[in-house]
Amino acid sequence: MSTDTAISSTESEVSGLDYEETELKLGLPGGSRNGAAGSELERKRGFSETVDLTLGGSGSASQSAESAGAQASATEKPPAPKARAVGWPPVRNFRKNALKSCTYVKVAVDGAPYLRKVDLETYQGYEQLLAVLQDMFSCFTIRDYQTERRLVDPVNGMEYMPTYEDKDGDWMLVGDVPWKMFVASCKRIRLMKSSEAVNLPPRDAQT
Amino acid sequence: MSDDEDDDHRRSIDLAAGDKPGGGVLSSDPPPPFSDQVLENVLENVLQFLTTRHDRNAASLVCRSWYHAEAQTRRELFIGNCYAVAPARAVVRFPRVRAVALKGKPRFADFGLLPLGWGARFAPWAVAFSSAYSWLEKLHLKRMTVADADLALISSSLPLFRELTLFCCDGFGTPGLAYVAENCRRLRVLDLIENDMEDDEDDEVVDWISRFPETHTCLESLVFDCVRCAVNFDALEALVARSPVLCRLRVNPHVTLGQLQRLMARAPQLTHLGTGSFRFGQVGGEQEVDLEPAFVTASRSLVCLSGFRGLTPEFLPAVLPACPNLTSLNFSYAEITAEQLRPIILHCHKLQNLWVLDTVGDEGLQAVAATCKDLRELRVFPFHAIEDSEGSVSDVGLVAISEGCKKLRSILYFCQRMTNAAVVSMSKNCPELVVFRLCIMGRHRPDHRTGEAMDDGFGAIVMNCKKLTRLAVSGLLTDKAFGYIGKYGKLVRTLSVAFAGDSDLGLRYVLEGCPKLQKLEIRDSPFGDLGLFSGIQHYYNMRFLWMSSCKLSLRGCREVAQRLPHLVVEVIRERCEEEENVEAVEKLYLYRSLAGPRSDAPPFVKIL
Repeated sequence: MSTDTAISSTESEVSGLDYEETELKLGLPGGSRNGAAGSELERKRGFSETVDLTLGGSGSASQSAESAGAQASATEKPPAPKARAVGWPPVRNFRKNALKSCTYVKVAVDGAPYLRKVDLETYQGYEQLLAVLQDMFSCFTIRDYQTERRLVDPVNGMEYMPTYEDKDGDWMLVGDVPWKMFVASCKRIRLMKSSEAVNLPPRDAQT
Repeated sequence: MSDDEDDDHRRSIDLAAGDKPGGGVLSSDPPPPFSDQVLENVLENVLQFLTTRHDRNAASLVCRSWYHAEAQTRRELFIGNCYAVAPARAVVRFPRVRAVALKGKPRFADFGLLPLGWGARFAPWAVAFSSAYSWLEKLHLKRMTVADADLALISSSLPLFRELTLFCCDGFGTPGLAYVAENCRRLRVLDLIENDMEDDEDDEVVDWISRFPETHTCLESLVFDCVRCAVNFDALEALVARSPVLCRLRVNPHVTLGQLQRLMARAPQLTHLGTGSFRFGQVGGEQEVDLEPAFVTASRSLVCLSGFRGLTPEFLPAVLPACPNLTSLNFSYAEITAEQLRPIILHCHKLQNLWVLDTVGDEGLQAVAATCKDLRELRVFPFHAIEDSEGSVSDVGLVAISEGCKKLRSILYFCQRMTNAAVVSMSKNCPELVVFRLCIMGRHRPDHRTGEAMDDGFGAIVMNCKKLTRLAVSGLLTDKAFGYIGKYGKLVRTLSVAFAGDSDLGLRYVLEGCPKLQKLEIRDSPFGDLGLFSGIQHYYNMRFLWMSSCKLSLRGCREVAQRLPHLVVEVIRERCEEEENVEAVEKLYLYRSLAGPRSDAPPFVKIL
């Protein structure tokens, strides 16, 4: 069967992956896979960007690069495809999501009609989070007052305090507690207009 | 809950016995003479003692009157493929059913290989059951799309309904659950396991827990760890308090440690407990929760412990009092090391079922092997489910388990490194194995010591494990491995193949050699039309064949479809593809069916 009549692969949200990439091709090792595979690799980027996969250690990354390059091995091992295959390893999404833990939180901005979501686990600390929030809503710059952090809309000078709702339902200022504790307890984030933030607990509230 | 519970039967609905082609199941015979009536009554009384559907199917083939008597007395209906028979036909043949088990999508749908919207909607079955099965008590659905409206219909039409199990289903949300809680006054079991529930927006979440009757309930089992949104805890606590026979409770991760403590106090008689999150997380509250006394009380009855999604390992020792009596422990969402596992597992002498993450490493498995001499089922899941992760379990852990747990019947093992020798060891040490599923996560990965293919290891499994019915293979495999499977795997019913084999010969070995083969799922393997043809003599005996990313052509699949008219042959494309008539078949799903081509196939499914 000719595999050259490629099924046109697109970046669908289900899978943008062209299965031919992962297909075993018969013939001697070191065969002409790379020609066909090369152009398909670019199309795969879309898929691997949308899938939240964490890379393993650096040791294993180089190992897979080696095995992809090791064409003429004595065993009949075909060159390992570089891109990931859909649904492999076969672990259900439910399990994958459960292991990622519930660190996705919604971010709302007073006055903006849309919500965004961020995965708190992907950030190392508050600096990164605020930078991301800034990028996300693209109109703020971060102004650091001594110990407080505010985001300022340069267009109208409105100041926003990053606040969050914790597991008990209380609204707190972002930055009050150690980062890890924040990640564990934050349910959602709201960039509150400074004028409304006066009722939040003071800075030295117990952590 | 697993495919292993799938039966030792060949067909749920006989293709041949008593059925005229194209329908006509119930011929309208004139009423039988009196003596025949007596005989039929006697027969019905006797047949009630036949419980397994294998026996019942056999009985129904004896003669017409046995067929009728069996049909009248069948109480449990199992439909392994919802498209194998039309709902109307099923309810007409078996009018007095009390319990139904219904399965929909093929298993590879779990891994994203089946485009959304493919099918397996429960709706037509809900309509059929709600009108035909007034005595229906139990419904067990697997991989079906269940709408809230379906749950509304079922719950309001069936007065005796008492048990609902949804496993790996999707399409419903909290509104559907609310219907069930509110309408099913006799509900005993509501088990929601690994479902992909609709993500309700905050303001659409329904407080379904509050909809249970306010009087004492008959609830025996409430499992909702897959429900994404938080439930009304006060209502949950009150529900538990007024459910005196509740013995299985598995809550979702929104339930905190402190809340769990309260629930355990309300239900000290639990036999199965699934914790919510088991972690320190609150700022300014619930930091001093000591669950140990609760587990001391629970240890009198608790046999199964699970949950731990989001775990602070420091809290784990609280479960120690319950360990000596545990037969089942699910740590597969708990990211724990060998050091954290050891003190717990040391006390679990009676453990028969264990699910863990590979973070426990080979050392952790060694600890398991040292203590759990009665272990029957082990599942080791990957924490980093990607091909090139470090991987913490290997052949070492597998050998340890095989040496310590000789009664092992079922194993699912994800790893990065494996050897033939280890697999051979297991085949010799664990003769009771019924299920062997090894997933070497790197595609085409050979024995990491010898560099050879994994043929001999899997060969030893089929050779030595004489009771084996389910097998999943992985790693570098040549046709030789399939030769072994065909030659020795005489009891194998379910076979999963991925990235394996060299040629059509591999597929041929299996299809010609394994007489009991029911379910064959293959992906990314170089099997083509010739291999496909070799199963023509066997496909009517199978529930289904799935082949994706192989080397099939439309022409070949069409030929199979033509030669086997009772087979439904589906060619499935990715949803967004433009081309309709590409010769290369990306995904093939074929299954025997009395119902013919289904009418609800979406545009990306072509039925040949």
